[in-house]
Amino acid sequence: MTSVLATAKALPKEACASSERPVLRQRGQREVFCGLTGIIWLHRKIQDAFFLVVGSRTCAHLIQSAAGVMIFAEPRFATAILDERDLAGLADANEELDRVVGRLLERRPDIRMLFLVGSCPSEVIKLDLSRAAERLSVQHTPRVRILNYSGSGIETTFTQGEDACLAALVPELPSCESSTPRLLVAGALADIVEDQFGRIFAELGIDDVSFLPPRKSGDLPAVGPGTRVLLAQPFLTDTAARLQERGCEILTAQFPYGVEGTTAWLATAAELWNIPRDRFDEVIAPAAARARKALDAHKFRLSGKRVFFFPDSQLEIPLARFLHEELGMFPVEVGTPYLNRQQMALDLDKLPSETLVSEGQDVERQLDRCREAKPDLIVCGLGLANPLEAEGFTTKWSIELLFTPVQGFEQAGDLAELFTRPLLRRTRLEV
Amino acid sequence: MQLTVWTYEGPPHIGAMRIANSMQGLHYVLHAPQGDTYADLLFTMIERNNVRPPVTYTTFQARDLGSDTAELFKSSALAAYERFRPEAMIVGASCTAELIQDDPGGLAKALGLDCPVIPLELPAYQKKENWGAAETFYQLVRAFAGTRAPAPGAARPARAAGDRARCNILGPTSLGFRHRDDVTEIQRLLADLKIDVNVVAPQGARPGDLTRLPDADFNVVLYPEVAQNAANWLKRTFGQPFTTTIPIGVTATRDFVKEVCDLAGIDSQTYLASERSRLPWYSRSIDSTYLTGKRVFIFGDATHAMAAARVASIELGFKVVGLGTYSREFARDVRQAAVQYGVEALITDDYLEVEQAVRELHPELVLGTQMERHIAKRLGVPCAVISAPIHVQDFPARYAPQMGFEGANVLFDTWVHPLMMGLEEHLLQMFRDDFEFHDGAGPSHLGGHGGAREAQSGADDIAAEIAATTPAPLATPGSTDTVVLERPAVAAADEVGGWATEAEQELRKIPFFVRGKARRNTERYAADRGIKNITIETLYDAKAHYSR
Repeated sequence: MTSVLATAKALPKEACASSERPVLRQRGQREVFCGLTGIIWLHRKIQDAFFLVVGSRTCAHLIQSAAGVMIFAEPRFATAILDERDLAGLADANEELDRVVGRLLERRPDIRMLFLVGSCPSEVIKLDLSRAAERLSVQHTPRVRILNYSGSGIETTFTQGEDACLAALVPELPSCESSTPRLLVAGALADIVEDQFGRIFAELGIDDVSFLPPRKSGDLPAVGPGTRVLLAQPFLTDTAARLQERGCEILTAQFPYGVEGTTAWLATAAELWNIPRDRFDEVIAPAAARARKALDAHKFRLSGKRVFFFPDSQLEIPLARFLHEELGMFPVEVGTPYLNRQQMALDLDKLPSETLVSEGQDVERQLDRCREAKPDLIVCGLGLANPLEAEGFTTKWSIELLFTPVQGFEQAGDLAELFTRPLLRRTRLEV
Repeated sequence: MQLTVWTYEGPPHIGAMRIANSMQGLHYVLHAPQGDTYADLLFTMIERNNVRPPVTYTTFQARDLGSDTAELFKSSALAAYERFRPEAMIVGASCTAELIQDDPGGLAKALGLDCPVIPLELPAYQKKENWGAAETFYQLVRAFAGTRAPAPGAARPARAAGDRARCNILGPTSLGFRHRDDVTEIQRLLADLKIDVNVVAPQGARPGDLTRLPDADFNVVLYPEVAQNAANWLKRTFGQPFTTTIPIGVTATRDFVKEVCDLAGIDSQTYLASERSRLPWYSRSIDSTYLTGKRVFIFGDATHAMAAARVASIELGFKVVGLGTYSREFARDVRQAAVQYGVEALITDDYLEVEQAVRELHPELVLGTQMERHIAKRLGVPCAVISAPIHVQDFPARYAPQMGFEGANVLFDTWVHPLMMGLEEHLLQMFRDDFEFHDGAGPSHLGGHGGAREAQSGADDIAAEIAATTPAPLATPGSTDTVVLERPAVAAADEVGGWATEAEQELRKIPFFVRGKARRNTERYAADRGIKNITIETLYDAKAHYSR
């Protein structure tokens, strides 16, 4: 019998690919979250924003369950659950939506920005949330700004929800016609990471730095022809395109994981600002040294180990780059829900040529490949982790990579530790 | 359109998944968009199952909508059949797939698979999880037991003399609240009564086992939310009677034993005479006196809420001040039960409405779901969990049934332990200025290193979560102000009249765990009478007014 791995590797090279690397694409069950899941961290990031999903009971149940833990205080998200009457007449659905938004804003006078978030059912019945947002904005201006985006599973996978949310923010950003270079870091980061990067940029002499999304909806950064965008997250395809339309220049950089990734990411901006390499090295030296030391503590546990990524968050390729280049792991397969070759180019180039890169998923066949490859560590979603552990594999659940501050020098050790811990745990347990 | 912060139940296809995951040899092909696979984690993470649920999703995307989602369903169903070779399949649609009207049942039939395929119609925009579970179970029972239906009106053959009575146990499912241990407990009880168990379903049953259901003399319905429809049909079709008592608590278990013995045609007295529950004595022992009249608020699925009210009221001597359910299908039963306790039933699936009710009723104990646990935590009220929706904590490693005599022991412990013990309550009252006994101090059995009680700022939900899990800095001995337990009711005081300094000082002598209630009651008393300035007199007038 031909090995499934061998079959997968004997892939035809794609004619149009910018990179030489073949990519496996299979169609089958995709074991991924939809874009609504992003609300779990976005509602914490933008502190005066509220996310109202217009969807079904499934949507509400997903957000509640996907957080892994349930936080039962009144959060800054909710679901307007569609019922039969809403399906019967769209006019009524719009009226109902207005009523629900009214009730919500009455309850939460602290809200300054409201996102109407589209879902699978709202898209299928063609409930036009952009028109609803316009209509409601008129009603509730100037107190609340009302925007919309889609987090539906038919349009988005997991982190694409954040992409859609930030893309919806772009038209709202004030204009700045000055061509003086200014830096915009796009992608939600933990506040602590954002502050660390802010300090490094300031020390480098890059003064005009802003972050998208902002912590307060009123602090939207201005953009224009002078704006250079450094992507902090590898899943911002639409956001980048919208920013480009506003005249911004999107920088191609490695993503800021580990020492090498963070150095390369910061250097991309530093070069553009003509900061001498000596000065750059001097500024990052203390933090980079700390990070190297932190990584050394993990290297001996991870080096030579084989890792398999199931598609989840689009962080897979830069993370595989980090584990390979900085910790000596070998990525057997790196699955990603969607591959943006342009943004991933620099990280992708650093993966070994033997590594199978796959886009999309047929989870059953991917599990077959994974079992055959017998990796030392599997990075996968919550639905797969325990069953794979029960089969004897060691797993790292991928959602934690998004909920934990992992970017930058000071977090490099923490990031490595997320991969070390499951391996270490196996060696400790005697039951 | 309903504004929902948290939901007590998932959509109906989650109910169908619970049935599929409960059984062996059954596979569910679900027409659903990408993202609906989140549901797998309910089983693999929350219930800690070591295999994936037997569910294949079509995970269609926008681009499939333009082409052929029906074809996608067929290829997914075929691939699932070939890979898993199930004994039977159930097929259906999730909420989004329902809108595109591909008819999974018809499509699956057209495939001509070599196994029974049962189509499910679960209206996602009308119904919810438990209804979906009940409907799925009913359809499966009909499909597999229906082949054995006798001619209408045919009399049920009598059991041969000397044969032991046989029953089925219906209702336990995956993701059920303590179903795993309840089934064990009830099986032990039935074994002690010398009644044989024919089939337990859906938990652990194969599709073929459902065909054997009619062989039993009667059915034991443990969870009507799941098994009522199937039991009704079995009664209509095969003349199989079923039990209606839910054996939660000592008195209900006694009634259940009698009901089962009557159905089996055997004597119950010998067994009941040797009953071994500790609850009756524990409840009668004098240290339990302090439980008398404790105000308890109860909310959960209908079965557990009604059972809890009975146990709370006549087995522990609590006073039921609120009773409610999110199970609308059983609203009538819960309303009827509530009448016995002199309260109006709260029938709602709106979490905010439940929170409001708890606030208004000032219970001393909340018996609810994980959601009420969080409400209670925020309000500083003790709480025990009695019902789904489930949480990882509801699958304890130890044996902890809710049903039967052992279940009654478990109830006594879990409901009584969150409460302040009787003598402890008095000591706190008498010596409230003891430096280790103040509001900010952690429990003394933690050697002074226990966390302080949760700050009730209410300002930030995450902060509250963190406060509950992170040990707070150790309070300085003697400083009683380190933790604000009750937000000063500034607004109320402004409208009604403020607290005189002496009254405020007197209020502080009241133990912290009842101080909030004393403050609210006094303010309400003052407001009702238009009293502008709350004095010590007002405080004690209010105390007398509200004392029971």
